[in-house]
Amino acid sequence: MTYDAHFRVWRGDADGGDLQDFTVEVNEGEVVLDIIHRLQATQANDLAVRWNCKAGKCGSCSAEINGRPRLMCMTRMSNFTEDETVTVTPMRTFPVMKDLVTDVSFNYVKAEQIPAFAPPEGVAPGEYRMAQVDVQRSQEFRKCIECFMCQNVCHVIRDHEENKEAFAGPRFFIRAAELDMHPLDAGTDRAEFARDAQGVGMCNITKCCTEVCPEHIKITDNAIIPMKERVVDRRYDPLTILARKVRGKK
Amino acid sequence: MPEIETHSYDVLVIGAGGAGLRAAIAARQEGLSVGIVCKSLFGKAHTVMAEGGAAASMGNVNPHDNWMVHFRDTMRGGKFLNSWRMAELHAKEAPDRVWELETYGALFDRTPEGKISQRNFGGHEYPRLAHVGDRTGLELIRTMQQKIVSLQQDDARAAGQQTGASHDKLRVFAETTITELLRDESGAVAGAFGYRREDGGLLVFRAPAVIIATGGIGKSFKVTSNSWEYTGDGHALALRAGSSLINMEFVQFHPTGMVWPPSVKGILVTESVRGDGGVLRNSEGKRFMFDYVPDVFRDQYAKTEDEGDRWYTDPDNNKRPPELLPRDEVARAINSEVKAGRGSPHGGVFLDIASRRSKEFILRRLPSMHHQFMELADVDITREPMEVGPTCHYVMGGIEVDPDTGAAARVPGLFAAGESSGGMHGSNRLGGNSLSDLLVFGRRAGLGAAEYVKGLGGNRPAVPEAQVAAAEQVALAPLQRTEGENPYALHAELQQTMNDLVGIIRNADEMQQALDRLDTLKGRAQHLAAAGDRRFNPGWHLALDLRNMLAVSECVARAALLRQESRGGHTRDDFPAMRAEWRAKNLVCTYPEGGGGHVEIVEQPMVPMREDLLALFEKKELAKYLTDAELATIPETHGGDK
Ligand SMILES: Cc1cc2nc3c(=O)[nH]c(=O)nc-3n(C[C@H](O)[C@H](O)[C@H](O)COP(=O)(O)OP(=O)(O)OC[C@H]3O[C@@H](n4cnc5c(N)ncnc54)[C@H](O)[C@@H]3O)c2cc1C
Ligand code: SF4
Ligand code: SF4
Ligand code: FES
Repeated sequence: MTYDAHFRVWRGDADGGDLQDFTVEVNEGEVVLDIIHRLQATQANDLAVRWNCKAGKCGSCSAEINGRPRLMCMTRMSNFTEDETVTVTPMRTFPVMKDLVTDVSFNYVKAEQIPAFAPPEGVAPGEYRMAQVDVQRSQEFRKCIECFMCQNVCHVIRDHEENKEAFAGPRFFIRAAELDMHPLDAGTDRAEFARDAQGVGMCNITKCCTEVCPEHIKITDNAIIPMKERVVDRRYDPLTILARKVRGKK
Repeated sequence: MPEIETHSYDVLVIGAGGAGLRAAIAARQEGLSVGIVCKSLFGKAHTVMAEGGAAASMGNVNPHDNWMVHFRDTMRGGKFLNSWRMAELHAKEAPDRVWELETYGALFDRTPEGKISQRNFGGHEYPRLAHVGDRTGLELIRTMQQKIVSLQQDDARAAGQQTGASHDKLRVFAETTITELLRDESGAVAGAFGYRREDGGLLVFRAPAVIIATGGIGKSFKVTSNSWEYTGDGHALALRAGSSLINMEFVQFHPTGMVWPPSVKGILVTESVRGDGGVLRNSEGKRFMFDYVPDVFRDQYAKTEDEGDRWYTDPDNNKRPPELLPRDEVARAINSEVKAGRGSPHGGVFLDIASRRSKEFILRRLPSMHHQFMELADVDITREPMEVGPTCHYVMGGIEVDPDTGAAARVPGLFAAGESSGGMHGSNRLGGNSLSDLLVFGRRAGLGAAEYVKGLGGNRPAVPEAQVAAAEQVALAPLQRTEGENPYALHAELQQTMNDLVGIIRNADEMQQALDRLDTLKGRAQHLAAAGDRRFNPGWHLALDLRNMLAVSECVARAALLRQESRGGHTRDDFPAMRAEWRAKNLVCTYPEGGGGHVEIVEQPMVPMREDLLALFEKKELAKYLTDAELATIPETHGGDK
């Protein structure tokens, strides 16, 4: 089952770089990350790549494989024919640091702008009571492993550096939605925040983010669309405005 | 040569896993400024990989549970070698620490009454693990990551900023590696030295208190569930700074790692599979664990399959199935079955949940296991059994600490928590007891460090320039050699050595061989050369990590050679029995000054267990663990289940 594969790996840094050709051994059951590691150990000791869990749990190893955003550790070599060239490039939306490693600090900045979970007043630790059906909605979003592939693929920022300031991106729309749907969050106006500070209005529901999510989070259907609708409802529907005033939330 | 960047904090935390983050939160909440350093991106520490859950006797599922039962289980799991004080604090405080996470925004799975749901796990008498499906570690790390951000937002508001976060008093230095601790003339901690992975820039952190929370050592072994981060850095930093390590001979081999395909060998299969009803079978289809219940556990486990199966629905009237014995027992049993020729096609045994639980149940309770096997091994666990075998998973050994404050032995200002500290788990850790350990002792170390710093007043230890220069030289050496050993090749040899010679079953001959080889490898490691420059250069990083792996491996091998008995995560062919006289002592590793960089080990008697804790056990049970002399002081009418 062992064969020699042809790999093209982008090497370079912020100043530029190019695709380099490698011939490298592939064994049964291996994933792209195994091959990158083999290159590192045998042909390119200083090849830069991020990884941790090698099991799709940490979201470190995102890259573009033959132009498609993938987790390298979850992409089996059996997806490719033996004579197919496998091209591995860094995520395009973020500035390159070196080789396959990009500067993802954009995402950490956006995370810092979202008002944190606000614990409900008067509920002591240990006294939190929530039904499984209610937490489940937010739990879907908390499955996010922060691979940032949805951010990478979203056309609003993929080739539009200028939009990054005003647009938080799908990863952080689900964070806002998660807090919005959290049964005990005392924070208010999560949906309004998504509109005013996160730029959810710039999203035109292409669903590219949902398609690429390795955790199969229904980013568009379950987070973005409900948030957009809620914003609209709340702005125009006097009943919701009233209800919001009465309940202090939503 | 670019300048060395300097930062100053009251407390420096090395590690952004559960322990490090919880420590940082505690220290910041005490009003101190805190720097956090980690090798990966923020939110990617090893804790993210934890699956099964966090053990805490909240009693949400079975109201009979309480801290005393948890304490007993922990001591039994560790075969009584645990620091009883740590086991006590852990059992008592774990529920509060888990509940606290909900106030940070965590969303655990719920019971029908809306409380935090709890699941069964090996060695735990009652369902005890708070969990979120099989991605509990992700929930833990994300929750604390977000709590850190929320503290930074509080700081921003306090500074008059409308939105966003302030990094002035709490800052994360991601993708930054500490290579040396710095100490003043008196030996007290003064800070730490490291490099930034991105550009190879060098940094000095000035801090009167340093908390080590760097996790484990598994990357010294070939088959492991651990990531590249687990190179024992914190263990080695502490050794080199003059502190000591205990229990290093105890390495946990998790019984169920993936065995096929070869490239995923070692990746973890969560114990929840068994907690939720999965069973182990050999090639003859037999549930072999019934043949491997050791005497010490005979009374606590089911004798028949029927009884074991009834336990899942009626735990009060039946005993648990032996698949849920502590990990060391199950790992050894699997090893024996494979050796006896009753293994699975790829050298493991079968773990079967498909024939025992519905597809819906499996998909709900074990979604990431289903995904992992589907994607990586083409196995649908709702339809077919998995193939599993032991994998190096966790190190019980670690930095010797004061149980109450996390203060590391022998070095003022040094603290440790989490997997990098030792004592809590004795000779074997129970599943789920690590995540709770991180929370309980992370917080305690943060408070301990805060108290220490406040006690110093204005008298902060100074960083000696000579140490910085020496650390810089060591760090850059592999880049300056144009020819020498390839770090990847040396690493592979080290992993093979530890795997083959200091693995799950050990004997004196092999360990002696291992020590000889480690000696040679240590010599060769002097000549490691890293191709390329300082910018994000994994070859260089590995060259520096290897120094730590070699130091820690030597501790493991030397301590294992000395301990002439089998107990928990230390099994000797040549000394197969557990021996009470060995329970009464710890093996303490140090790097004596002028010792030529060799590990020295001394025996240290254990502090006898406090009366009231001893009283939680029946004398009959204590007799399995204590020496005759110890037993003689205990009255016949003593203790027992309450
Ligand atoms: C696959 C898997 C599943 C598990 N499941 C469970 C479970 O269900 N329940 C349970 O209780 N336990 C579980 N464990 C064990 C548990 O996850 C770990 O023991 C625990 O997460 C360790 O946490 P920590 O905070 O001590 O260290 P980690 O989370 O590993 O964090 C260590 C930190 O230190 C940093 N670091 C290391 N060296 C340096 C350095 N030189 N300079 C700077 N930073 C450094 C790292 O970058 C990282 O941020 C599991 C372990 C694995 C591998
Ligand atoms: S659906 Fe919206 S957020 Fe998602 S990729 Fe498309 S534009 Fe971006
Ligand atoms: S939402 Fe999905 S794609 Fe986006 S960062 Fe999270 S896991 Fe990755
Ligand atoms: S290495 Fe963790 S997701 Fe790929």
